[in-house]
Amino acid sequence: MPNLSEILDAFPEIENHRPWPRRLVDAASWRALTELLAEGEISLLGLWGDAGHVHMAVLATEPWSIAVASLACANGKFPSVGRHHAPAIRLERTIHDLFGHEASGAVDKRPWLDHGRWRLRAPLGQQTPPLGQQTPPLGERTTPPAYDFVKNIGEGLHQIPVGPVHAGIIEPGHFRFTANGETIVRLEERLGYVHKGVEGLMAGAPLARAARLAARCSGDSTVACSLAFSRAVEAAMGVEVLAGAVSVRALMAELERLANHIGDIGAICNDAAFALMLAYCSVLRERILRACYTGFGHRLMMDAIVPGGLSVDFGENEAEVIRQLVATVRLAMPQLIELYDDTASLQDRTAGSGVLKRELARRFACGGFVGRGSGRSFDARRDVAYPPYDRLSFDVPVLQEGDVNARVWIRIKEVEQSLGLIEQILTSAPSAGRINAEPRATQACATEGLALVEGFRGDILAWVRVAPDATIERCHLRDPSWFQWPVLEAAIEGNIVADFPLCNKSFNCSYSGHDL
Amino acid sequence: MGLIRDLSIQISQMLAVLLLAPLLTGFIRKAKARLLRRQGPRLLQPYFDLVKLVRKEAVVAQSASWLFRVAPYIIFATTWVAASLVPTFATGLLFNWSADLIAITALLGSARFFLALAGMDVGTSFGGLGSSREMMFATLAEPALIMIVFTLALIARSTQLSTVAGFMLSPAVGLRVSLALALIALVIVAIAENARIPVDNPSTHLELTMVHEAMVLEYSGRHLAMIELSSQLKLLLYISLIACVFVPWGLAPVAAGFSAHAIGAAAYVGKLAGAGFLLALFETTVAKMRVFRVPDFIGVALMLALLATLLRFMSRGL
Repeated sequence: MPNLSEILDAFPEIENHRPWPRRLVDAASWRALTELLAEGEISLLGLWGDAGHVHMAVLATEPWSIAVASLACANGKFPSVGRHHAPAIRLERTIHDLFGHEASGAVDKRPWLDHGRWRLRAPLGQQTPPLGQQTPPLGERTTPPAYDFVKNIGEGLHQIPVGPVHAGIIEPGHFRFTANGETIVRLEERLGYVHKGVEGLMAGAPLARAARLAARCSGDSTVACSLAFSRAVEAAMGVEVLAGAVSVRALMAELERLANHIGDIGAICNDAAFALMLAYCSVLRERILRACYTGFGHRLMMDAIVPGGLSVDFGENEAEVIRQLVATVRLAMPQLIELYDDTASLQDRTAGSGVLKRELARRFACGGFVGRGSGRSFDARRDVAYPPYDRLSFDVPVLQEGDVNARVWIRIKEVEQSLGLIEQILTSAPSAGRINAEPRATQACATEGLALVEGFRGDILAWVRVAPDATIERCHLRDPSWFQWPVLEAAIEGNIVADFPLCNKSFNCSYSGHDL
Repeated sequence: MGLIRDLSIQISQMLAVLLLAPLLTGFIRKAKARLLRRQGPRLLQPYFDLVKLVRKEAVVAQSASWLFRVAPYIIFATTWVAASLVPTFATGLLFNWSADLIAITALLGSARFFLALAGMDVGTSFGGLGSSREMMFATLAEPALIMIVFTLALIARSTQLSTVAGFMLSPAVGLRVSLALALIALVIVAIAENARIPVDNPSTHLELTMVHEAMVLEYSGRHLAMIELSSQLKLLLYISLIACVFVPWGLAPVAAGFSAHAIGAAAYVGKLAGAGFLLALFETTVAKMRVFRVPDFIGVALMLALLATLLRFMSRGL
């Protein structure tokens, strides 16, 4: 079997795609790539649609390298990737929903994001009216077609529908359990309730507006999303960001990771009715958010990262606030770890439940704590080594167990690493003042950029095509949850119904970032 | 005169448990919140919640039968009667003859039966889930309670609570292993029956992990108020029961004067507060256990109670 470079090198690189090459391939090579994915030689980073094309970003291991392959859709069809490589199934369904490109030979042809409530089908493609009807007038409610859940038939099996509206205040998503008494036989997710049409809104948007949209993909990953988007735009337009801004960006990304990980550790324990941990973690998280507010003017640091640099000033006063914060967190963490580790009743819940198999984590290329808790050692900060991480020293913790406990421990260890990273960044003293090399419309033709950035959940992929007038022609942001939601279905199988909230919280996938 | 006096004390006891029950729940919530370094809702919040619920419209599912509507009242009535039978501040009350441990067990059992039926009545998956879990726990908790009753009856030679309390106050009781075992068993049963951590989480919003809450998920308005008040009464009942049997100090005979009753009332409130705080402390230090581990936990209660009864049979001294 030919390897990745043998397949791709036969095709010329498309001009103005940075920093990794994009090649327009033919259907046969597309199929060959699919086979490589199925064999596990390469992993899927993203699969997204475009006008008349589909793009696929893949990651080759050892050495880590990224490549993009594009295929022109003949008659609106392309050979299905999901047929051989399951992680692509939902992405293909999304391409069909948004662009109308059909994956020929696909095993699952149900819609994914399109719940039949849109006024158009394929809103980014042909824009045809919904099946069997005229475009309904604005505001009129139509009865959407029923979703065809996978049928599970057997003696004593019963269904438990949960959501999309939950008893707690969380994002909407539907979970259809088929259970035999308490044991879960199968879980099927249905997402897309918070589809906002971000990719449609991005098309034609000026850079500033597009950056604001990117920051609003998923509130808890706003820094990572902004960073991914900005890096992609900078790559496309060839903008060099000043070293100071690069450092402050990483500082923000680590603070976001810190806040989310600590919040998650508390929330996971709270789902085992251990409210004490949540109380302590919430206080700590609140301190981080307040320090972020003082340092960057926004608790979540939204809109602080813009293409070209930063929109905020970061000086010595702000650095001092962060230094004090790090000291506070360093002081509090050992007690929290001890509390987590010494509470036998809590360990009894987290250890051994919701086991994600190594093989599955590898196949789905799960990022973040989901992958690293199941033995997949990949971290975009280390392996893609985007600045400033190329000159900072840190470890990427990996555990093999794959249970809830492992995912909690990865978070705990990453908190320690993030604290170390923040200290390193602060000692190298980022230069003060606003640093923003605003990108200008200088290029003659459309340029494209790709970025892979490590958010707290995992690697976020951003791909943009910038028009000559410095507006976004097409932007695709792929949240890490795309490759984590499906494995949750597998990890929960055989567990008991009452353990689902705990397992789900340990995955903590994004609804908003996924539905986009 | 004697009858009126006895009746008024009996009625005041019945009203006392009804009025104190929400306060106890409020106190436990407050204590838990303070232990978590939070402010917590004010002590009287459960009363306001009940008033709010009574005023609200009761929404009933279309598929609900008459059972769904009457169940809250049956549950409330049986629980209230059971709670008023347990001596709180005075023993030897007017309805003393009916204050039988087996009667109380039976009343609680029927309340549970109707709650489980109501949970399944609407036909939602959560109600059925809750009912099946509740019944799984009950199959062990109820026999455990019966065995505890037997142990006490063997020691005090009566199932009448007033007599048992009187015996426990007398020097004849001494230190007994079987009593200690029965106490542990009763505490476990109380935790399980009242849907507290580690068996169930009364404050959870995770519909998949609920036991008690899952059964009452479809209730609203005055129906929910009845159910809530019944659960609060049940908690009070179990604490009163433990207090009456194992720490009966301060209990005044009905014939005693006003001052003795006042002391009894003060001692009772003190016992409730003490038990409430201990419960809050325990709940903050443990996580909830897996649903399938709960039968082991309640099974311990059953085994201990059984052991206590056996010990009593084999030796008078234990």
